[in-house]
Amino acid sequence: MLACLVLSACATKKVQNQMQGDVYTGTDTVEYLASGVPDRVFFATNESVLTTASRDTLRKQAEWLRKNSKINVVLEGHADERGTREYNLALGERRANAAKDYLMTYGISANRISVISYGKERPVDSGSNPLAWSKNRRSVTVKAN
Amino acid sequence: MIKKIILTIILINLSTIHSKALVEVDITRGNLDPLPIAVSPLSADKATNNKLKKELDINEIGVKIAAVVENNLKNSGLFNPLDKNAFLQKPDIAHLKPRFEDWSLIKAQALITGKVIFKDEKLRVEFRLWDVLAAKEMMALAFTTVPSNWRRIGHIITDKIYERLTGEKGYFDTRIIYVAEEGPKTKRIKKLAIMDQDGSNTKYLTLGNELVLTPRFNPTNQMVTYLSYFRNLPRVYLLDIETGVQEVVGDFPGMTFAPRFSPDGKKIIMSFAMDGNSDIYTMDLENRIVERITSHPSIDTSPSYSPDGKFICFNSDRSGYQQIYVMKKDGTNVKRISFGKGLYGTPVWSPRGDLIAFTKLHKGKFYIGVMRTDGSGERLLTENYYQEAPSWSPNGRVLIFYRETKTDSEGKGFSAKLWSIDLTGYNERMVITDSDASDPSWSSLLSN
Repeated sequence: MLACLVLSACATKKVQNQMQGDVYTGTDTVEYLASGVPDRVFFATNESVLTTASRDTLRKQAEWLRKNSKINVVLEGHADERGTREYNLALGERRANAAKDYLMTYGISANRISVISYGKERPVDSGSNPLAWSKNRRSVTVKAN
Repeated sequence: MIKKIILTIILINLSTIHSKALVEVDITRGNLDPLPIAVSPLSADKATNNKLKKELDINEIGVKIAAVVENNLKNSGLFNPLDKNAFLQKPDIAHLKPRFEDWSLIKAQALITGKVIFKDEKLRVEFRLWDVLAAKEMMALAFTTVPSNWRRIGHIITDKIYERLTGEKGYFDTRIIYVAEEGPKTKRIKKLAIMDQDGSNTKYLTLGNELVLTPRFNPTNQMVTYLSYFRNLPRVYLLDIETGVQEVVGDFPGMTFAPRFSPDGKKIIMSFAMDGNSDIYTMDLENRIVERITSHPSIDTSPSYSPDGKFICFNSDRSGYQQIYVMKKDGTNVKRISFGKGLYGTPVWSPRGDLIAFTKLHKGKFYIGVMRTDGSGERLLTENYYQEAPSWSPNGRVLIFYRETKTDSEGKGFSAKLWSIDLTGYNERMVITDSDASDPSWSSLLSN
């Protein structure tokens, strides 16, 4: 019984540690473009506003892109499964463009960045729970060449 | 690809006076009391049965056609087809003149009889609809077609019966285009698929090499518009399902999505996303002229025309959240019509013009509902973990949509299926497909 309680408390704490509000702050699904340069940023439900952590990640990406000036990127925008398909396509596009705009303000030229939205079509986590959804609300920067 | 079908309809014996029959079905209220109906197997002589066995490998064609009719009637929720084991009269004799006492004994209120003859390489199918209580014939028709169309004859017979008994056009000689799905949730493979309304004759129209979404029928012909990620460029495509020829719609520098045809079939209306903003555009399929309909920094998507083509309903988050709006076809007079609690999406105008069907998200549940075109009279038909994207039957009586299941703690157990429900909120049922399925779109009646 006690073990059970301790376990569930741990699980709750783990979830809390991985989310702020409903924005994912963990690293489970994150890959790296280069050492110390995370490839993705996360969003709140229905939002395309960049969080402080997201802006930090994107500044690192911009710095890496400035150093590697021959590399182009695709920004893949995604939504969670709790929305209608068509609206989610638009939302994914809006999220990827929020990331693109930020990269551009840090000096990355628009012609090095293309954008694609997958809406709710390509979740990384197949779970039907708030943590899984938070991992899926994302914009991922992928090398295009 | 899809065979053109010409059916000759011959009135063989319109009963003396077209008097109002006793038996009729009221489809405007929820039908808790489906009409007991006897579908007698259609009779066929030995020569006909032998020839069809040889040609199409079908045993007892008359029984098979009757089964199509019976299944349609049952699925409509308005009819209760009676057990054949209780039938006392032989099919061929009943078709000539039913012994009405026998049929009323088993509580049948209506009776369908028929006869199949194979002659000159053609199938000739006769059927009669009888009012058992009034002891008279209500309708008699005959169709002639190539044998391979035998299922369609069953659908057309059902349409005629439905129309005679309800006073409204049927929806049985129709097809559904949808997205067939397979594979794990994170790597779903999607193909365009088409089937008859009853789930038979499934054909795949794409191979699954690229992601495809949201196919929709042209209401006037066999063209389809859909979203394809061909070469990783999500764009609206136009596909002729008879020839297999397809093309990109317009020349847009970004994603186009959420396509639908105008009611006259001459335009495509869709969203175009650029720099984080989605607006609604149309393209004329004859002169290729593109028009911008909305111009707003919010997301405007899921447009659908009114059946007269004068108005457009769509989905926008200009209020801060997804809501339904109606505007004139030129984009003026934009009015929000959804004011209930929650988010509203995927508005789609009824072919009868009086209602808009939608998806609603409220407190973690998804609903399919309808409201009048001014937003009044909201009625929720069904609640579930996830469901969306209703499409109307051509007579505006039934909605088809898709539903996804919640996965378990390990992310397993995902499935997507098509479901249908009556406008009354009754007769909710799964539409059986060969694989997982989503994004259904209902065709118009193939024969009119």
